[in-house]
Amino acid sequence: MSTNRILGTRRSLLTAMGAAAIGISFTACGQKPAGEAAKSASGEEPKLNFYNWDTYIGETTLADFKKATGVDVNMSLFATNDELFAKLKAGNAGYDVIVPSNEFVTRMGQAGMLEPLDHAKIPNIKNIDPAFLDPDYDKGRKFSMPYTWLVLGIGYRKSKVQGVPDSWKYLFDSAQYNGRIALLSESADLVRLAAKYKGHSVNNIPPELVKEIEAMLIKQKPYVKAFHDDNGQDMLVAGDVDLVLEYNGDIAQVMKDDPDIDFVIPKEGSLINSDTLCIPKGAPRPDNAHKFINYLLDAQAGAEISKTILYPTPNAAAKALMPPAYRDNKVIFPPADIMSKCEYGAFEGAEKASLYEEVITKVRAA
Amino acid sequence: MEQSWKQAKAVFAAALSAPLVWLVLFFLIPLAIVWAYSFGHNEGLTQIAITGTFKNYARAIEPLYLKIFLKSAWVAALTTGLCLVIGFPVALAITFASQKAKAWLLLLIMLPFWTNLLIRTYALIAVLRNEGYINKSLEAVWTLAGRVLPLAPFQPLEMMHTNFAVIVGLVYVHLPFMVLPLYSALDRLDKSLLEASLDLGAGHMRTLFKVVVPLALPGIASGVLITFIPALGAYLTPDLLGGPDSQMIANVIERQFKRANDWPFGAALSFLLMYLTFVAIAVQALLSKGRKGAAA
Repeated sequence: MSTNRILGTRRSLLTAMGAAAIGISFTACGQKPAGEAAKSASGEEPKLNFYNWDTYIGETTLADFKKATGVDVNMSLFATNDELFAKLKAGNAGYDVIVPSNEFVTRMGQAGMLEPLDHAKIPNIKNIDPAFLDPDYDKGRKFSMPYTWLVLGIGYRKSKVQGVPDSWKYLFDSAQYNGRIALLSESADLVRLAAKYKGHSVNNIPPELVKEIEAMLIKQKPYVKAFHDDNGQDMLVAGDVDLVLEYNGDIAQVMKDDPDIDFVIPKEGSLINSDTLCIPKGAPRPDNAHKFINYLLDAQAGAEISKTILYPTPNAAAKALMPPAYRDNKVIFPPADIMSKCEYGAFEGAEKASLYEEVITKVRAA
Repeated sequence: MEQSWKQAKAVFAAALSAPLVWLVLFFLIPLAIVWAYSFGHNEGLTQIAITGTFKNYARAIEPLYLKIFLKSAWVAALTTGLCLVIGFPVALAITFASQKAKAWLLLLIMLPFWTNLLIRTYALIAVLRNEGYINKSLEAVWTLAGRVLPLAPFQPLEMMHTNFAVIVGLVYVHLPFMVLPLYSALDRLDKSLLEASLDLGAGHMRTLFKVVVPLALPGIASGVLITFIPALGAYLTPDLLGGPDSQMIANVIERQFKRANDWPFGAALSFLLMYLTFVAIAVQALLSKGRKGAAA
C-alpha cells in the first residue's frame, strides 16, 4: 500500500517538526466521506465521484446514467495528467473513477495507485475494438478500460504550405517554414517524435540519439514561433502559424469551421495516446464505479459521448452507430497503413522523464 | 495616547495569535516541507526520501540553470527599469492632480488589479497577435495609404511569442506595483521645497532630479523591490506571451513539479530563487541604512 506509505512519510516528517496535528488533516483527506444516504444492494450509497477532463463527456450521459441506475455522478475536472497524478499522490480524496492517459496508467499502476478492474462486472467490454484489448501499457486491461484515443500529427493551413507537409522534417529539421511553426510544449512527446523522425522507435531511445535530437532541435529553434500548451488549433485558426504539432481530435474540431485547415500524420509514423477509465486505489464506491465504467462502454452511451467530443472512439459498437461524417473522417480515423506505423509511448521511469525535460530546457535556453 | 504593547500583553497576544497561527500553518510549515524536499531525492514513483543530499543544488547551479537565472534577472531588471521610467511621471502627475482627479486616477491604476491576471494576459494576446487590434489598425492605415502610394502588401508586425511581448506583458502587469509606492512617497513630499527650488532659479528638470528624486528615493527603492521580485518569478506571462526562447526560471520550476515529476530538484530551484530575493531585500535594507546614516 504505497499510498499509505506516502501518508506515512509525510506525517512522520511533520511529526518530526513538532506539528503532528497537521498530519490528521492529511489522513482525513484519504478517508471516504461518511454517507448516510440510502444504500444499494452492494451497501454503497447511490453516488459516484468522477474525475474527468474538461469537455470530455456526452451532454446527457450523466443524467442518462442516473435514470438507468439511480446513481448520482458528481464530476470534477482536471487539466493535465500531472495534475491528476499529483492530486492522487497525496492520497485518494474520494474519487471513484478517473481518466488517466496510457503512460500514466502504467505509472500509477506501478505506484500502486490503481484498483484492479473486475472484468465480470464490465460485460460491455465486448463492444471494444479487439485492437485495444491488450495494449502494452496495461497488459490484459488489468487496470484500465479504453475511453478514447488520439494521435499526434501536423495540423496545417492548406493555402500557406506547398503540397502536404507529410514529414516531421518540416517541424524538426527544416528552415522552409521559418517562423510559421508551433510545437507542443511536452518534452517527452517532442523527444519521442524526433526519434521517430530519425527512424527510431518512440521508446528505448539510446543516449547518443537523445544528444543528436537535442542538437537538431537547438538548430531548429530559430525557425519555431512558439511552444504551445495544447492550443495549437487556436493558433492555426488565428493565423499565428501555418503548421502545428497537435492531436487529430483538436484539429478535427476546428476543421468544421475552417475548410482551409487540414491534418496529416507524417509518413515516419507518430505517437498514439489513449485516455482510459480507471478506479483509483481507495475508491469509496468500487461497485458503482464498475457500473459506471460499464455504462460508458455501452454502444448507445458511447455514441452519445462521441457525438459531443468528436475524439476517435475505441468502442466499435458505438462507432457503428455514428453518422458517416464521423466514421469516415480521415482525420478522426486515419488510414490503417499510417496507423500501423504509430506507437504508444511507454512509461520508462522517472529518470527518463527528467532527462527529456532537461533536453527541452536546454533547447529553450540555447 | 500611544500605549506600549507591554502594558496590554493579553490583548496583544490575542490579536497576534490568529495571524501567527495562520502564518505558521499555511506558510512556514509548507515552506519548510518544500525546503526539506530540496535535500531529498525521488524514491520510487510517489515518494521523496529526505537524505540531506546537496545533489539538487549542485545540479541547480550548473551553467544551464545559472544562465536561465541570469536571464530571468535581466528580464526582471529591464521590466523594473521600464516601470520606473513610465511610472515616475504617472505618479508625479497623480500627485499634482486636483483632489477629485486624484481619486479617479488612483482608481484607474488600481482597476487592472481587480481583474484576474490570466484574463489580462489573454486580453494582451488579443491586442498583440497577428490578427490582433494593433495589426488590424496598422493594416487599415496601410491599405488607405496604398490607395495613393504604391505599397507592398501589408506584412503584420510579429509581436506575439517574442521576448518583446514578454516585456510588454510584464511592464503592463507590474506598473501598479511601481506607481503606488512612488505616489505615496511623492504625495508626502513638502511642496514648499519645490517652490523654493524654482524660486531660487533651478529649472523644472533640475528641480526634478536634484530635489524630487532624492526625496522620493525611499519610495523608488521600495517600488523597485516590489516590482523586481514578482517579475523575477513571473511564470504566466512568459508562458503565454513568450516565444521558444522566452523561458524564465519559474517556467523551469513549474515543469519540474509537473511534467518531470522531480519535486526535489524543483524545490532546490525554488529556494535558490528565494535566496536571490532575500539578497535583493538585504541590498535594499543596506542601501536605506546607508542613506539614513548619511542623512544623520
